[in-house]
This record gives sequence, C-alpha cells and structure tokens, in this order.
Amino acid sequence: MNGVHDMGGMQGFGPVRPEADEPIFHGEWEKRALALTLAMAAWGRWNIDISRHARERLPAADYLRYTYYEKWIAALGMLMVETGLLTADELATGRPDAGAQRAEPPLTAEKVGPTLRRGGPSARPVAEAPRYAVGDRVRAKNINPAGHTRLPRYARGKVGEVVMQHGGHVFPDSNAHRLGEAPCHLYAVRFTARELWGPDADPRQSVTLDLWEPYLDAV
Amino acid sequence: MPHDGHDHDHDHDHQAVPSDPALRVKALETLLVEKGLVDPAALDAIIDTYETQVGPRNGARVVAKAWSDPAYLARLRDDATAAIAELGYEGRQGEHMVIVENTDTVHNMVVCTLCSCYPWSVLGLPPVWYKSDAYRSRAVIDPRGVLADFGVTLPEETEIRVWDSTAEMRYLVIPRRPAGTEGMDEEALADLVTRDSMIGTGLAQEPAA
Repeated sequence: MNGVHDMGGMQGFGPVRPEADEPIFHGEWEKRALALTLAMAAWGRWNIDISRHARERLPAADYLRYTYYEKWIAALGMLMVETGLLTADELATGRPDAGAQRAEPPLTAEKVGPTLRRGGPSARPVAEAPRYAVGDRVRAKNINPAGHTRLPRYARGKVGEVVMQHGGHVFPDSNAHRLGEAPCHLYAVRFTARELWGPDADPRQSVTLDLWEPYLDAV
Repeated sequence: MPHDGHDHDHDHDHQAVPSDPALRVKALETLLVEKGLVDPAALDAIIDTYETQVGPRNGARVVAKAWSDPAYLARLRDDATAAIAELGYEGRQGEHMVIVENTDTVHNMVVCTLCSCYPWSVLGLPPVWYKSDAYRSRAVIDPRGVLADFGVTLPEETEIRVWDSTAEMRYLVIPRRPAGTEGMDEEALADLVTRDSMIGTGLAQEPAA
C-alpha cells in the first residue's frame, strides 16, 4: 500500500538527531511494550509480515504522530482483536469479558531463550531456478497494490543491476494476507542514485534493495 | 482522544483504558496476564535478553575478529550467518546475515525505509534515530547529508552504497580498521568498534594515543 510508512526519498522530516549515550529503552513502558509484542507473537496467530502490515494499516496521521513503541502497541491491539485473542470490548476497557476462559501462555520464561535464538528464518527451497544472475539488469515493476508490499515507491519503474542472489525466501506480499508463504527467489538489486533521483544526483552513490523475483522484469 | 465522544456514551460503566502510553501498556499487560495470554516471567526474560545479553558488543567482536583473522573474514564473506553463529550470535532479526565492507574507496550505510529492520543479534535493539522518519526518508536520497548530521565527512570521491533492508537479510557494516592498531588484540580492537560504525553512520574510533 502507498502508505506513509513508505518514506524513502521523502523530504521535510528535518535532520537526524542522534542521542548521546542513548538508553536501550526510554522508560519502563517501552520494555513492556517490546516484551508483550514478542510474547504475543508466540501464539502463532500472525506472522512477521502480517505484523508489519498491521503497523502500516494504522491511520496515517497516527503513524506519524506515534513513537515507535506506540505503533507497536496499537498494532498489537489490532492483531489481538482481529485474531480473536481479545474482544474489542476487552481492549477498550482493559478488563476480561464476563465468563472469559483463562488461557495458558505458550511462551514461558524457560522458552524465551530458545525461541529468540531460533528466530524466524524466511529462507525456503524454491524448485525453479533463479531467473536472474548477478550482473543482470532488471526493472522494478510499477505496481501499486492496496495490500502489503516490500517494493518501495522510490524504486518502482527503475532499472538496476542484480548484485547478489539470496536464494528462496517467503514472499511478504502473499504471506501478509494469509495467502501462503509463496516462496520465490530474492535478489539484492543496486540502483544508481541518478537512476532513482535524476541527473543532479551524485554519480558515486547507489541504493541496493532486496527485491523478490515477482517485483522484477528483465531489461 | 477526547473523552466526550459518542463512543464513550455507551461505555460509561466501563473503566476506559488511558491514552498515556505508559498507563495504556500497563493496563494491557494486566489484562493479558489476567486472561492467561502472557506469562509475566517470560516478559522479564525477554527484556533481560535485550538489556544484558544482546547488544552492539556482539557485532564489535565480529568486526574485531574480521580485522584480525583473514580466515574468519573469508568465512564471513562466504556465509555471514554461519560465521557470526560461530561466536554464539544468532536468532531473531539476525537469521540471514550479510556483511558489507568499507574500504578506501567505498562506504556502506544501512537503513530500513519501510519500517525498522535491523540486525538485532549483533547490534541489539535499534536506536531511536534509526527508526526515525528523518533517517528512514533521507538516508537513501541524501546519505552525505545524513552523515553530516553524525559529524562524518567522507572524501568527495568515496563511493557511497546505501542498503535498504527491504527483506529479511540483515546487513552488518565492517568499518575500516583504524590506523595505529597493529598488534592490538581482538578485545582491544572491539572497544574501537562503535554501534554507528556497524550501521555506516559512523567510523571506528582511533586508538588512544
């Protein structure tokens, strides 16, 4: 979707402001927001692509206004209601519905270490041979899907060069919509700054994006 | 949110969840614990992992070893995920690692324009600036301007390669080894490797004279 989350190349957000001696968390609640989000993922009701898309589906004005963990908590609330882990009323009131059954949490303290060490690899076997080789020139498609995609607007329609083959990976555009993992080949594709931003761009700059085969056409 | 909206009228007998994020998260945690959806001890274990075990010191050790051990650097180039796992760093948001090496002529910088993808297993949780609209929007179109915000100026002829982490591949920048570090051991070298130097918004520190 052409949301505000797709902000590569936008102007007007001001300078980057690094914080000296930045703490890992700014306040106790950020720790709990992170932990709640990771712990609820253990229910297996959503995958990482569904979760990213939930943040993208936040109202655009909220997305820009919220801090990082506020986005996480808002999206977590949406996902829990959409998947039936909470009712809308429970989320709104903070109280279990009358007669709600008590569940058993899938993620216990002993499982945290192994779960985080295992992570969630996205590599998958793909039967077909990769269509593109390193050195091939490819054009990113001009697509504007209403759903989730990882092809940013700034690269659409642009021509780049394949610089790495990453093998087969889960395709987010499908996986985010519960349409299956649909694995396909993933490539690192390098675009010159002049291709992306025009003739005034620095000829010694480039941007490399990881793009799935369905995003690409041969040139 | 105003508290006199029409949604509120039929909720008058409920205790509304507050809008302040700290209070809202506390209310949410209470609800989820009460429903048996999360185990508070698991939450503490997750927080402890990212406060005390997983952080940029992991990545600094990878870089120091890459500087010191040519065979290790070769393994990183061949399969960074496996080579980094040799040091015990693996898992969530580091499942598929790739290293990119800074040289005399090439400088690499990593961003995630679409969200906040970041190599947690070697760098820990991302800093606020990495997740900011300013960095995400500008890194791809004005990397030299972003570097200037960090006080970094590179020679005009240096090629700048920006990596937009649009998939699950996670990029770790291997900064240039500073001059005057010959003979330093890996622990001492790791002290010179800042987090920002492994994102590409900084350089490794010079050793103290």
